[in-house]
Amino acid sequence: MANTAIKPVVTEEDLLIEEYGYDDHFHEHHHGDKYQSNFITTYIFSQDHKIIAKQFLITGMFWAVIGALMSLVFRLQLGFPEENMAWLRPVLGKWITINDAGIGTLAPEFYYALVTMHGTILVFFVLTAGLSGTFSNLLIPLQIGARDMASPFLNMLSYWFFFLAGLVMFFSLFLSTGPFSGGWTAYPPLSALPQASSGSGAGMTLWILSLVFFVVSVLLGGINYITTVLNLRTKGMSMWRLPLTIWAFFVTAILGLLSFPVLVSGFLLLMFDRSMGTSFYLSEIFIGGQALDHVGGSPILYQHLFWFLGHPEVYIIILPAMGLVSEVLSVHSRKPIFGYRAMVYSILAIGFLSFIVWAHHMFMSGVNPFISNFFVIFTLIIAVPSAVKVFNWIATLYGGNIRFNSASLFAIGFVSMFISGGLTGIFLGNSAIDIQLHDTYFVVAHFHIVMGVAAFFGMFAGIYNWFPKMYGRFMNETLGRLHFWGTLIGAYAVFWPMHYLGMSGVPRRYYRFDSFEAFGQFATMNQFITIAAIATFAFQVIFVVNFFYSIWKGRKMTTRNPWGATTLEWTTPINPGHGNWPGKIPAVQRWAYDYGKDGKEFIPQIKPVEEGESEAH
Amino acid sequence: MATTDTVMEHHDVQNGDAWSGGQAPFRASYGKLMMWYFLLSDAFTFAGFLIAYGALRFSSPTWPVPDFVFSTAPFGIHHAPLIFVTIMSFLLIISSVTMVRAVQEGHRENKNGVVFWMLMTILGGAGFLSCQAWEWTNLIGAEHMSVTTNPFGTHTEDGVYLTADGKDSDEVFHAGSSYLMHKAGAGHGDEHAEEGHAAADYSPGDHPGHFVDEKGFIHRKFRVTEGPDAGMVKMEEFGPKAFGALFFFITGFHGFHVFSGVVFLFIIMINAASGLYVKRKNEYEMVEKIGLYWHFVDLVWVFVFLVFYLL
Repeated sequence: MANTAIKPVVTEEDLLIEEYGYDDHFHEHHHGDKYQSNFITTYIFSQDHKIIAKQFLITGMFWAVIGALMSLVFRLQLGFPEENMAWLRPVLGKWITINDAGIGTLAPEFYYALVTMHGTILVFFVLTAGLSGTFSNLLIPLQIGARDMASPFLNMLSYWFFFLAGLVMFFSLFLSTGPFSGGWTAYPPLSALPQASSGSGAGMTLWILSLVFFVVSVLLGGINYITTVLNLRTKGMSMWRLPLTIWAFFVTAILGLLSFPVLVSGFLLLMFDRSMGTSFYLSEIFIGGQALDHVGGSPILYQHLFWFLGHPEVYIIILPAMGLVSEVLSVHSRKPIFGYRAMVYSILAIGFLSFIVWAHHMFMSGVNPFISNFFVIFTLIIAVPSAVKVFNWIATLYGGNIRFNSASLFAIGFVSMFISGGLTGIFLGNSAIDIQLHDTYFVVAHFHIVMGVAAFFGMFAGIYNWFPKMYGRFMNETLGRLHFWGTLIGAYAVFWPMHYLGMSGVPRRYYRFDSFEAFGQFATMNQFITIAAIATFAFQVIFVVNFFYSIWKGRKMTTRNPWGATTLEWTTPINPGHGNWPGKIPAVQRWAYDYGKDGKEFIPQIKPVEEGESEAH
Repeated sequence: MATTDTVMEHHDVQNGDAWSGGQAPFRASYGKLMMWYFLLSDAFTFAGFLIAYGALRFSSPTWPVPDFVFSTAPFGIHHAPLIFVTIMSFLLIISSVTMVRAVQEGHRENKNGVVFWMLMTILGGAGFLSCQAWEWTNLIGAEHMSVTTNPFGTHTEDGVYLTADGKDSDEVFHAGSSYLMHKAGAGHGDEHAEEGHAAADYSPGDHPGHFVDEKGFIHRKFRVTEGPDAGMVKMEEFGPKAFGALFFFITGFHGFHVFSGVVFLFIIMINAASGLYVKRKNEYEMVEKIGLYWHFVDLVWVFVFLVFYLL
């Protein structure tokens, strides 16, 4: 790289690394040739964790835009069911049917396909791969003081399996029968019988293939993250000195490692039901007036296997966001994170509890009410560690010298969203209240706020905060704040009213409501939600523009540690090459949260504990 | 307190606390850890299948009796419950022992020993796969079980079979006894043939002593002798569909693991023979890693064996 030729300014960090760090003889081997010798090995089939992180991020952003545009189309349908949609015909083709009067309407089966794809894309491709994939890759080696992941090769494969999954899913959007349309949970029989709906044939085949590739990607990534955190921590980086980001990614990877394989079990059985004529999930079904010879299976079995992944999955989505937010809040309020150990224990508790609450998604599926009791209790207990985290974030902010920039605003916004959405989770976790609320817009509002929008806020906080580390430049601050306020107000405007719809019993996944007398009164509310969704999307366009503009034209980073953070990633050069540190690996002397201690604004983790220093961690 | 903390620091570093960073806390290389984590996730995949097995089995009113289903062995051996599967399980377990020896020779940096014991392991794995191939061939070809059809049924009432002309025979059975439905034509009429069978008409349709469905399965008729339905004439029905599907699916998935293991063992054996691992000077760690996988596959077989052949 160009900047290695010019002798960089020697800073205090360099001296500390030189004095206390340890030499692993990394640069005596010729890794450079293998990793970054030409365009293809540097930017495409890269094995460098920083590049792979960017690949995950940009692929995730691509999918986020696709998924968001899909939601706009079905929101238009819900808000303005009578409007002419003929103008969408150039994009959606035959899925817009035009009647004799020239009025275009969205085909109902494609409406379901859009809802299904929106859920699948956002949950898996954006908020799992795009969030955990990006930041685990970027931050794990940098923050624990490692040259790279334990296995850079498997790490590369992890991205490319994700890419392949995306390719297959993208292809399925263009099938003449449409993509899968039975909901992102893919419950049988809609997912098991090709004749059940137009998307249940080839669309479902590609959907399931895509997700199997995706699981391979998650497992390759997860095995790598766990091993890296355990084995490659630098000298002095004990588990209790890990930044909370790393704890969050670590537990996230464990959740993925243990829950995604069960989803694969479920999917493989589903594949057999689809193509080999077995009846694992099918029993006594009539289709088109004909009895099928499938007997003895149980659709509830699929739901158990699915939600055994499905519930940990929502923590796979939210835990990385929690980790990023903890770090960003601490850095920008210039205070140590409040209750570090409590934060770690609550991450562990959430991780553990997430495995024993899955059936709260199935209260109304016909599970035994006595079994529901068990799941209600554990579901409500999750509120305890979640509340510990919320109080600790607020206590971290309290009395802090807060820098209100895009990163910290999004982190504060995350806390707001997490509280709003978390409280409605307590409603839904009660099996009795769930009788009224299940499958209504109340559920839609709940999970969008608590895990959709909140996870996005965590992701945005992370992107604004670590963008300088990724690209050596800053994102535009004015546009960032505009993005924040637009998104905060917009997201509440979209999802808050949905609670009222849900409490009035408006069911989710309906194609239109104006044909139901009971729901006709909500027409203006649905219009309002649609307009708010379009406006919120417009603010995301600002973000995307800001992101790509700043990669090339953003304000350049001139110092290594612009935020005055303690963690190791800010001790690397502004544009770290392969191996992250040009010389020795820094050794860690203290925990990650020495802010405002003994009159010093912050003390980096590489600085030894001094004589007479107050309590050290 | 400051000084004590500082002292603690030096103490930590000197002591080399396994978790204080700069070293692998489990004293295992990253590759070995990754294998363990992969096996952990794979264990969850198999657990998913076995839970599916339990859910479907316990929602079925009857379930085929393993001693009846798995009672055939090559060379015309019949009515020998679990004999064949014992042989194949023994082969697999022995191959775990030879695997242990290969790893041990690896620790001793003895190339020829590693290669020899890996070859023995491969032979054990291949032997297991061959046995499984025979077992499947027999179940599919001779006994006509498939993922969609399960001819192994269980009587739920006491009764007596009818003869070809529709009269009570002297063949009495009790509730809980097993039967295998035969197919008309090929394979029928050999040692399972009952008195009068050979002369009977097995064209599709209803007959006095049996019913032949369009697939050719012979549903023998019987008269119930006890219970509320006493006196009624009924016919044999297929056993629970899920049995065949689960059997082929789960043992197939396990067999696929064994097959992959044999392929990897073979590749690693060739590498070991070529002297590749001598250069690495890490006590044939590759052999140890595939060994972990191999033992895992054996362990899974114990559970598969338990649910399909014993319970």
